[in-house]
Amino acid sequence: MTDALRILSPGPCTTVQDLGRFGHYHMGVPVSGALDNYAARIANWLVGNPDNCATLEMSLIGAGMEFLCPADIAITGAAMQPQINGRPCRQWTSIRVSHGDILHLGAADNGCRAYLAISGGIEVPLVLGSRSTYLGGQLGGLDGRMLTAGDILQRGVGPLLHATKTLPWFPLYPETALLRAIAGPHDDYFHNHLQQFFDATFKVTAQINRMGARLEGPTIHRDTTAPESILSEPIIPGNVQIPAGGQPIVLLMEQTIGGYTNIATVISIDIWRMGQAKPGDEVRFIPVHLEKAHQLYREWAGFLTSTKALLERA
Amino acid sequence: MATEFRISGDRCLLAVYGRGVDLAVNEKVRQMTTLLTSGQPQPGIVAAVGSYCTLSVTYDPLLIGFQELTGLLLGMEKTLGQATVPEAKTVDIPVCYGDDFGPDLDFVAGHNNLSTDEVVCLHSAAAYRIYAIGFAPGFCYLGGLDPRLHAPRLDTPRLNVAAGSVGIAGSQTGVYPLTSPGGWRLIGRTPLRLFAPERQQPILYKPGDTIRFRSISTDEFQHLHQVDSR
Repeated sequence: MTDALRILSPGPCTTVQDLGRFGHYHMGVPVSGALDNYAARIANWLVGNPDNCATLEMSLIGAGMEFLCPADIAITGAAMQPQINGRPCRQWTSIRVSHGDILHLGAADNGCRAYLAISGGIEVPLVLGSRSTYLGGQLGGLDGRMLTAGDILQRGVGPLLHATKTLPWFPLYPETALLRAIAGPHDDYFHNHLQQFFDATFKVTAQINRMGARLEGPTIHRDTTAPESILSEPIIPGNVQIPAGGQPIVLLMEQTIGGYTNIATVISIDIWRMGQAKPGDEVRFIPVHLEKAHQLYREWAGFLTSTKALLERA
Repeated sequence: MATEFRISGDRCLLAVYGRGVDLAVNEKVRQMTTLLTSGQPQPGIVAAVGSYCTLSVTYDPLLIGFQELTGLLLGMEKTLGQATVPEAKTVDIPVCYGDDFGPDLDFVAGHNNLSTDEVVCLHSAAAYRIYAIGFAPGFCYLGGLDPRLHAPRLDTPRLNVAAGSVGIAGSQTGVYPLTSPGGWRLIGRTPLRLFAPERQQPILYKPGDTIRFRSISTDEFQHLHQVDSR
């Protein structure tokens, strides 16, 4: 392990995240992990890391940092005008940095969350099998918290690249995120308003965090016969909860159980699109059936496999 | 009622076995969860978690389909009478009641026209079923609070409730596993760490287990606290 970088300016919510903490849900420990696991994976592949190495997730405004050793880095996800030693540099590509180089990221002007991967991965202790920060539980990542100025992070063992790797395309995040979603688990509480939900355009509010994203738009009413709340049930990332006020909340990475009804659930391969929607962006839910969702899941798994192979060859 | 299957996205299914806070329903959920998570791993099943009436099964759609999974669950449900499912445990949680650890003990007593000793007696006499775990790591949704101990929440939540604090809110009782803000009426504190991620067993119980609170002295609290912090 080597000291890899020192945080100079942390940004509003910069955390260490890998792909998540699985298998501890029955203890009330949620999955955590990168909100955009697509961008986080690509960042790792660009520097030659395995999928699950820990990255830095930066929300809305990026961090400033000084590198403390030579390494390859890659910045993916939201466009944050990165500069190294004052000179603009590209995202979605590997960059060789030297000891003393200063990286600075600005505000997201496309997308919401950027990911920084480094050769060998960000090295923090494994907690319950993962390096992801779970802010609500104060565990994982660096002392279970957001990064602050002065924090020093280490990197794991990983060779430097022989040649630069670049993703041959450039994901752009639309101002209206289209999230494919399956009705349910509680769509039968919303018979009269399910269509309204799928027809509506919602706006992303300022209340977005790793637990969920609050949306605003037309009020989604429950059927008059349906109860306002239910006995607490297990919830998963992607559930779209309709609380008492009728304004949806897309549940994300830091919850395990909930007592409100969920009208629909964003399919697992589209959750990253919610993670890249920033306040003021719009969201629409596109209905899909389960069979279609499973077909899309298989196709996405194939797409990730071929993208990984492409970057391994590069 | 017949088991109801609900679709919770492309990777999760909810099996609903009944309605309301019902011991028999929750026991069925516990047995199904236990069968799914012990013994031979079922191909494609990633996780199984129970709460009051609902079993949540996370699956890998590359390995198992929805129909196949519901078929498997229905088949498993039919064996519940004969299958040997490990019994739920009873877990003893020592609690030091009152004073600094339970600043609202007097309120709960006064609210219910009881003495503080009677509150402690009633609270530590009952067996509390863990109907669900969640919200925070190790936090239990417990059933079985004596109606004579019900008490309203604080009007203004405290900013800092110490980990291990035992409280009452309405008809519920529970323990705060982590230091956090909270509005429950605090009657005592346990010296045990209910959630310790570095421990071999990070939590001391599972959904479906039963908790009993045991009244301890301040000395025993200090002693157990030191033992558990090691």
